[in-house]
Amino acid sequence: MSFEDWYRQDRLPHIYCAGCGNGTVINCTLAAIDQMGWKKEEVVFVSGIGCSSRAPGYILTDSLHTTHGRALAFATGVKMANPDLKVVVFTGDGDLAAIGGNHFIHACRRNIDITVVCMNNQIYGMTGGQGSPTTPKGCLSSTTPYGCAEVPFDLCELATAAGANYVSRWTSYHVKELEKAVKEGFETPGFSFIEALVQCPTAFGRRNKFRQVMDHVEYLRSHSLLRAKRDRMLENGETIPEDMYVVGELTRRKRPALGVKP
Amino acid sequence: MAAKLPKKGGVFIQMEDEIASMASIIGASWTGARAMTATSGPGFSLMMENIGFAAMTETPCVVVNVQRGGPSTGQPTMSAQGDMMQVRFGSHGDYSVIALCPASVQEMYELTVKAFNLADRYRVPVFLMADETIGHMREKILIPDKVERVARKPLAPGTLPFRADADLIPGFGQFGTGHHVHVTGLTHDERGYPCATNPKLHMALVKRLVDKIENARDEMADYDIINPDAGQVFVAYGAPVRTVQQVLYDNPGTDIGFLRIRTVWPFPEKALAKFRNAKRFLVPEMNLGQMAREIERHVKVPVVSIPKLGGELHNPAELAAALEER
Repeated sequence: MSFEDWYRQDRLPHIYCAGCGNGTVINCTLAAIDQMGWKKEEVVFVSGIGCSSRAPGYILTDSLHTTHGRALAFATGVKMANPDLKVVVFTGDGDLAAIGGNHFIHACRRNIDITVVCMNNQIYGMTGGQGSPTTPKGCLSSTTPYGCAEVPFDLCELATAAGANYVSRWTSYHVKELEKAVKEGFETPGFSFIEALVQCPTAFGRRNKFRQVMDHVEYLRSHSLLRAKRDRMLENGETIPEDMYVVGELTRRKRPALGVKP
Repeated sequence: MAAKLPKKGGVFIQMEDEIASMASIIGASWTGARAMTATSGPGFSLMMENIGFAAMTETPCVVVNVQRGGPSTGQPTMSAQGDMMQVRFGSHGDYSVIALCPASVQEMYELTVKAFNLADRYRVPVFLMADETIGHMREKILIPDKVERVARKPLAPGTLPFRADADLIPGFGQFGTGHHVHVTGLTHDERGYPCATNPKLHMALVKRLVDKIENARDEMADYDIINPDAGQVFVAYGAPVRTVQQVLYDNPGTDIGFLRIRTVWPFPEKALAKFRNAKRFLVPEMNLGQMAREIERHVKVPVVSIPKLGGELHNPAELAAALEER
């Protein structure tokens, strides 16, 4: 696959910081699209506001870069009006789970046939490193200078509880797995949610002892717990450590979906 | 609409809130669909964010606001016209929109058709600013076999998606037709690419968004002039039109003029000058004088605001009394 075919060459260089994990997620998504054999004119990218939401602007398809948190509501309009279009949403943890939380649960409930790729850097990277709904307890941000006192959302559990047909979590370390998960999201009718934990050296790593990018990627790798292993641990009555992220395919089901082309 | 649209090949969806309703009609519009939503009062406030997005991205769409008493939750299902300035200025930043005010059930129908045509012609959100009185009214109407339908000007192949023609309106690059249009609420260049820190480009873009509407105010002006030689002239839109009509009916042959406006924004200021002998303009509104202030900007004679809040219409005696007051 040639990534160059899918990128807007005239928009480069991009705005992402050195060491950002978002590019990895965009590449995985485009690689999955390439495997699907989709044509550029049948794909629409939709996004809200934030670092992750700038991604559609670099991709050579029709795209809607919208208001903060509202990408899923715009995407619902696109898909309902023309179910022939493949609608893919790029979002982030702040965009999706804070200001966009209501739209997120309702898009899951409707099980509308779109695929959402969430770049979860656990912080508001673009606006100065404020804490987000996924900032882990105790982590430092510009709005949690004494450590985050709140409990974060588990976005995948939220998507599952709200009704999504397909839910997976991986990290920017798990490139092949992430690419495969996005492709499976595309193939599953209904709402597909893929969370990708990503490093953010500028806003998150700098404040949380991950000054070196690879230290953060290594942390994501070493704190990933495969779903199968998690299930075995639960069977054996073992406790799952709080700082582990369960990765893998977490939900796959066939609830009736909205906007599926007949 | 939930009952009728699916039978006509359309799509209806009930979104989770009015923020999402506004967002979804913009998304639908970019696929080429004609899309609308409707609300009253507080829902209109929620729509403001994405109304600005629609203005910035030049997305054709129609919003119906059946006005009720405000502020806040105010008076559900009591009549008002308190959102006339909100519809003009409610979202942040400079922009222009089109707002139409029906005064009968027939006009509710006709102006809805007109709203879609104006939205597609000028690539702008168009508002049907009804009020509870008109919104709940039952009247006989005539539905024609055919209505006029203005098509969006398509984006010519090889043309930049936000490069405007002489009419200041760019061709529409419908999603799914291979134009690869990037649509963003950020300040953007003619390619549609974000260019948020270029002062000249921002000035030119916002000026064009405003000028494409304001320069066309004469061609979209829609009003009736009754007794242009009169000395005292009522100006009204929406439900108060009905009371003024009653006053004219009750006082035949008297020196009363009437400017009855359907296109409220952009305001058809030239209509005021047609009352050459006007000594004063009387403006009954179901708000504290929102459009009266706009009229004051355009005339040299006194403008008398006749406000009424609470949900009841002006009665003819109140307006007749206003004619006598000096």
